Amino acid sequence: MYVYDDFDQRIINERVAQFQNQMDRYLDGKIPEEEFLPLRLQNGIYIQRYAPMLRIAVPYGMLNSKQLRKLAEVARDYDRGYAHVSTRQNFQFNWPKLEECPEILGKLAEVQMHAVQTSGNCIRNTTTDEYAGVIAEELVDPRPYCEIIRQWSTFHPEFAFLPRKFKIAVNAVEGADRAATRMHDVAVQIIRNEQGELGYRVFAGGGLGRTPILSSVVREFLPEEDLLTYLDAIVRVYNQFGRRDNKYKARIKILVKALGVERFSELVEAEWEHLKDGDGKLPKEELERVKSHFTEPDYLALEANPTSYTDALATDTAFSRWVERNVRAHKKSGYSVVTFALKQKGTAPGDVTDGQLFAVADLADKYSFGEARSTHQQNLVLADVEQAKLYNLWKEAKALGLATPTLGLLTDMICCPGGDFCALANAKSLPIAEALQNAFDDLDYLHDLGEIDLNISGCMNACGHHHIGNIGILGVDKKGEEFYQVSLGGASGEDASVGKILGPSFARDRMVDIVRIILDVYVSERIEGESFIETFRRIGMAPFKAAAYPTPVKATATKA
Amino acid sequence: MTQIILDKQIANDDWTLVADDAALSDNNEVINFSRWAAAEGADKDALITKRDAGTLGIQLNAGDTADLLAADSQGFALINVEFPKFADGRGYSAARLLRERYGFTGQLRSVGDVLFDQLFFMMRCGFNAMAMREDQDLELAVKGFETFSAPYQGDVNDTRPLYRRRG
Repeated sequence: MYVYDDFDQRIINERVAQFQNQMDRYLDGKIPEEEFLPLRLQNGIYIQRYAPMLRIAVPYGMLNSKQLRKLAEVARDYDRGYAHVSTRQNFQFNWPKLEECPEILGKLAEVQMHAVQTSGNCIRNTTTDEYAGVIAEELVDPRPYCEIIRQWSTFHPEFAFLPRKFKIAVNAVEGADRAATRMHDVAVQIIRNEQGELGYRVFAGGGLGRTPILSSVVREFLPEEDLLTYLDAIVRVYNQFGRRDNKYKARIKILVKALGVERFSELVEAEWEHLKDGDGKLPKEELERVKSHFTEPDYLALEANPTSYTDALATDTAFSRWVERNVRAHKKSGYSVVTFALKQKGTAPGDVTDGQLFAVADLADKYSFGEARSTHQQNLVLADVEQAKLYNLWKEAKALGLATPTLGLLTDMICCPGGDFCALANAKSLPIAEALQNAFDDLDYLHDLGEIDLNISGCMNACGHHHIGNIGILGVDKKGEEFYQVSLGGASGEDASVGKILGPSFARDRMVDIVRIILDVYVSERIEGESFIETFRRIGMAPFKAAAYPTPVKATATKA
Repeated sequence: MTQIILDKQIANDDWTLVADDAALSDNNEVINFSRWAAAEGADKDALITKRDAGTLGIQLNAGDTADLLAADSQGFALINVEFPKFADGRGYSAARLLRERYGFTGQLRSVGDVLFDQLFFMMRCGFNAMAMREDQDLELAVKGFETFSAPYQGDVNDTRPLYRRRG
């Protein structure tokens, strides 16, 4: 992974010093609350319901074992012994003291981590495929491009006060999209043109929130060296013409929609004409320099499927079930990609304790070249594990509560922290997740249901990505009471779609029943081998609606 | 006399923003862009004469983009760019465009909700003058230009991104 040089390190150190100074002036009463707000946001600090929340950037999800240990230390020493993996692959601490945040950031800077631009109306952490670099089907490793974008966006002098937050995602796999890229303000799809040259298809104007929209193509092919100048052009057009009068209409998706993608593209292209041959053009040497940080580790020449591994698969069903769900093919023979689902019963989705983090760091060192990844599904990945060692790794992970064999299944939910923590939320989301985990804990049943994305957000800001869950749950406030609106048919990935609302919202105590009713419809209607989303796309909303709202509509249901 | 920051020093402000209907004198005066845009015939000629004499400044207010002024900018001795709120970042793009695209070389000044923690960004986008909000501490502010010693991006003062400076 990328290793800072003196320049990179100095920038992060100077940032810590700057923020310490801002914090001192704030605590001294020299910066009023309102003006401190964007400063603390750009350092990852939200004021939540009970305490500040500190969001640490994990650029495109890459972590080494040193960083994992430092995160564990922060969780232990400054928080209540746990951290939370967010849907932007970042780490969040829910209980730090505000005045201690600069100190925490100082400690993280020692291991090349920071909280730069993890919130606020600026360019956020760039995300990508959690399996980047280790799967055969990707065109090239997308991580160097993410790192180049990270550096370009870090303290960009022109784009620190955009109309609204701005998220970029990169994908390099044709036919799969694990980073939900089309839901981003800008999506960069790495492609080759007909001449075999590397470049990008650039999309803009996607987003979730109140107005979920998939992004549109702005440029079919952009040469490799033009990445940053083109991004400059897009963000400059947005910075000048994006709406600033209404925060719900301020994302770039609204501008693209209002202008139409053709007109928007014309403006971007006109702007780019001025920039494309300037100093912002990426020299080949810089591309090579950054790529050289993402070379392969020292893989051994191994035989695929060694006997010890296949024997364990044949004799231990619990192990084979975990492998079936949580272990994925690696580009190198004899290696595998392992996902630890942070979705154990009894803990909030994405939560991980300091002890588990220390242990994952050790496991990364022992089994996976000292590296791990966080995923937008709120899980952790060890990307380079020898198949011959999977059985041992599984046993160790199981003892740590990290081997739940449910990746991609119903209980591998995405869920925001919701009303238990977040000041923006209309409703709690964690109790719904917990109730569902408790109600659907039969592994045979979960495996029989197969892949289902169930996503929960506590409000319209959609941090839990409810729009792109096959089953989406959205917390809504009805005259001070918490209700939940259900949508069906959302999907991320290559054939992404935005879910449609099932009908009037439900009280919290009905949610398990409603999910069960939806699942029953699927089970009775599915044709052999069909996933939930495939069945939904074939039969449509009507059978689900009929089952969920037996006439007349019950009194507990109200129109959302 | 009001004080501003000019070329990283505290300086006296020798310009005055005048109302759209005020008569102009031979003093250093700043008019709103809208007055410039609306002026025709003899009125416009008078403004051009004053501009060419070096005593007319112009102010881009919130929502006035740099392309509206474009090459016209070159003759002015001063251009103000208004920041209606510190969180409104349009002025950064306006400044860069005036400097980098439209060749403006005079005094480029940020006015309005201009606060300490924006100064470094403003300087990088081409502002060489800042009329800070009244409650700001100018003595402290002039120290705010050294926050980062080697930023990643190119900017108005040095167009080379870090990857062309790493050496």
